[in-house]
Amino acid sequence: MPNRREKLIFEYSRAGRGAQGQWPAKTAVPQDIPATLRRARRPLLPEVSELEAVRHFTRLSQLNFSIDTHFYPLGSCTMKYNPKACNQYAMLPEFLGRHPLGPESHGQGFLACMYELQEMLKAVTGMRGVSLTPMAGAHGEFAGVAMIRAYHRARGDLVRNEIIVPEAAHGTNPATATMCGCVVREIPVMADGDVDFEALKAAVGPQTAGIMLTNPSTLGVFERRIKEVAGVVHAAGGLLYYDGANLNAILGKVRPGDMGFDVIHMNLHKTFSTPHGGGGPGSGAVGVSERLLPFMPIPVVGRDGEHYRWLAERDLPQSIGRLSAFMGNAGVLLRAYVYMRMLGREGMGRVGDFATLNANYLLAKLTGAGFDAAYPTRRASHEFIITAKRQAREHNVTAMDIAKRLLDFGFHAPTTYFPLLVPECLLIEPTETESKEALDAFVDAMVKIKHEAQGDTQVLKGAPHTLPVRRLDDVRAARQPDLAWRPAPVAG
Amino acid sequence: MPFIPHTDEDIREMLAAIGAPSIEALFDEIPQELRIKSLSGVPEGLSELEIGRLMSERARLDGRPLTFIGAGAYEHHIPSAVWAITSRGEIYSAYTPYQAEASQGTLQAIYEYQTMIASLTGMQVANATLYDGGSALAEAALMAVRAHRKSSSMRVLVPTTVHPHYRKVALAMAGNQNLAFEPVPYVRGTGRVDLTSLAAHAGEDITAVVIQQPNFFGVLEDVDALTDWAHAQGALVIAVVNPTSLALLKPPGEWGAKGADIVVGEGQPLGVPLSSGGPYFGFMTTRMEHVRQMPGRIVGRTLDLDGREGFTLTMQAREQHIRRGKATSNICTNQGLLMTAATIYMSIMGPEGLERVAAQSAQRTRELVAALTRIKGVRQAFETPYFHETVLLLERPAAPVLRELADRGVLGGFDLAEDYPELGSALLVCATETKTAADIDKYTATLTEALRAARAA
Repeated sequence: MPNRREKLIFEYSRAGRGAQGQWPAKTAVPQDIPATLRRARRPLLPEVSELEAVRHFTRLSQLNFSIDTHFYPLGSCTMKYNPKACNQYAMLPEFLGRHPLGPESHGQGFLACMYELQEMLKAVTGMRGVSLTPMAGAHGEFAGVAMIRAYHRARGDLVRNEIIVPEAAHGTNPATATMCGCVVREIPVMADGDVDFEALKAAVGPQTAGIMLTNPSTLGVFERRIKEVAGVVHAAGGLLYYDGANLNAILGKVRPGDMGFDVIHMNLHKTFSTPHGGGGPGSGAVGVSERLLPFMPIPVVGRDGEHYRWLAERDLPQSIGRLSAFMGNAGVLLRAYVYMRMLGREGMGRVGDFATLNANYLLAKLTGAGFDAAYPTRRASHEFIITAKRQAREHNVTAMDIAKRLLDFGFHAPTTYFPLLVPECLLIEPTETESKEALDAFVDAMVKIKHEAQGDTQVLKGAPHTLPVRRLDDVRAARQPDLAWRPAPVAG
Repeated sequence: MPFIPHTDEDIREMLAAIGAPSIEALFDEIPQELRIKSLSGVPEGLSELEIGRLMSERARLDGRPLTFIGAGAYEHHIPSAVWAITSRGEIYSAYTPYQAEASQGTLQAIYEYQTMIASLTGMQVANATLYDGGSALAEAALMAVRAHRKSSSMRVLVPTTVHPHYRKVALAMAGNQNLAFEPVPYVRGTGRVDLTSLAAHAGEDITAVVIQQPNFFGVLEDVDALTDWAHAQGALVIAVVNPTSLALLKPPGEWGAKGADIVVGEGQPLGVPLSSGGPYFGFMTTRMEHVRQMPGRIVGRTLDLDGREGFTLTMQAREQHIRRGKATSNICTNQGLLMTAATIYMSIMGPEGLERVAAQSAQRTRELVAALTRIKGVRQAFETPYFHETVLLLERPAAPVLRELADRGVLGGFDLAEDYPELGSALLVCATETKTAADIDKYTATLTEALRAARAA
């Protein structure tokens, strides 16, 4: 990575310059648009040549770590290889040019892909119906909890508004419950990583709308008593929500539907390898059990004989409604479709196999090298937690220091300080697409850092040293917000 | 094994290091009765050659018809450089820039985007995108409730000239928190918000008023009067705008005496392909005083340990990973890649290029309207200023006419029958700079024939 920064695009701007080859011919603004509705001053957009723009954004791209350039063991994010074919075939001109409100007659190819994607997702999750419209994991969570709420209300049960969430849950879980107008009730997790079963039994009641669970949990271990958990929640009249953040661990091995879940979301940008794009787009398709079928968000793709069509309000009058202006992140869905078809039946099972093998290997090597597992008695799922509690106590070296130093060695940092209940936490997810050599190199870097922690820790405290910037002043960023560039005032 | 690099020897060595007899043994904590035996619902895997052939066949089924549909998604020319750069692995396969030092490219692009979209909308600050225009309206309504501490009604007035799908999304996403979305009708002759109906709400506790410009019919609303009215009632103004139009039209920050309070919209026209409805991105801008109520990620410029400038995610105390159940929204992943494409698009087009796109789209639509309304049985619904989209009334039912057009490779517009039955047979049509005189001639000839055939039938 170049140890340099790049000017702002605005600093390249010169009045009168531009990428004229991209502009349509100059046209007068139609007379009927009155001056009172017109813009007086031009917006602050740069005036640069096409080459200047290309060079600037290419240079910016070089300041990023990415899967294509670096091992990226960011726990709970499943940063696996995004096959190039998925991008290529989702971007065929016919697919890119298709208008979302175009007729079904000019969408049978696209709709066939979406229908088959729904069917494949049903098969790998064991659910009865799938809607593809939610546009990210949190959006899928919203759809799921909204369906749970709609289900209780349709039965005339207006009292159930409490969503149970284990304390280790991702922050989106409680935030989603709030967005759905529900109250959050947190329950503790036991020392071995499983949900505190007694606390769960005490928490459920006539006010329980449902429980949100990730399995394997955010602690990187499989919830062993899942059938009993399902039994307790169902017996109390609540429903079970599966957060699909960690579906990669169990793909082709176990299905949420068989565990007793009523609704799930799948992060297609994790398990089904669509690119993360620097923070999105994602896709949070939802799957439901029989009793939630009528409430799925619309539109859904249906099939009449050989003809594919949209199912909307008329077909699903009890639907929780539309969550996007059109049908969600269609292009992401096409990428997931290509990925699933390339992997096929056998390939699905290999994902879970090798994601788990890589995680357990890395865990064994790191603990062998003297790092502490947060749950040493448990198998890793597709990810695991190292706690730097001891390094913090003995050498004042934190998880943050380790994470930042890893960047110097050419590794993206693991997820740090999540889950919140493990001190000095490094959540590590290697994914199935990394080779043994990549994992060994990561272990070597961690061992070097461990030695550095026993010596002069300044090299760790000051890390990273080799990137375009060193540690940034977050307090200043929040207290003196500089959120948009402004041109310097003209002198005189 | 596609995408899995392990050799047999690797597997043996790794299992030995773990101390497990087989990969299967690594799943020993999962109850046996839950294990699945096969996945019969998933077909056998395909090679890249085979999936390429299949996808090309599927794409051919969809074809490449001549499209005059807008209704919230607009076909514009996209410079080749936009997606050539956006598709680079360093952008495409990176994730949320949590490790700022290793993500300066993404962070700086967001900062540049925030600057551009804030300026385009005439506001001070922007977030780093929401999912799409529809969900952005839902988030804006929820934000208005948080930002407007003096209003306790949670009532939001939404004219029926706002995109019907946006209204549905807002209800689905914000209705659970007891927000009440109340419709305001439009005037049949003008296609604009009915100020008389609005006036009936004078003196009430209203949290916010939504104003879409241009509205769903393409018509230009009297945004100054609407904004001033809303502010006089003590309500916040949520503007929903088309970013292309803002190269020509007054930005929401300058509407009325005080300007809109929250601005949202669909970012798709800025370099994002139609792609069946997504991925697009929703933009949101506001004034500095409301920034801490804004949902989603925000990037700020700050200094590093050596005093050099750099970029980082900031004001994270608003967000779900810190605030959990009390966050401003549950949003986590946004639409970063599309935002990057839009930033490159806006850089390449610049102020002049974007203005030309807007002016030429407006002009092409007028040429289309002139040509189509010369056909017997076709007239324009509203004689009100419009941008690049307008409503045409047909003497015959629209649905069969549209089918006939589609059979001849022309997608003639969006049928308003379902959302606005009171208009009778009505089509929302749009042309942009991508349409030539020959395209307009083709549509005109095809519609002439289709209507003649309908009359003869």
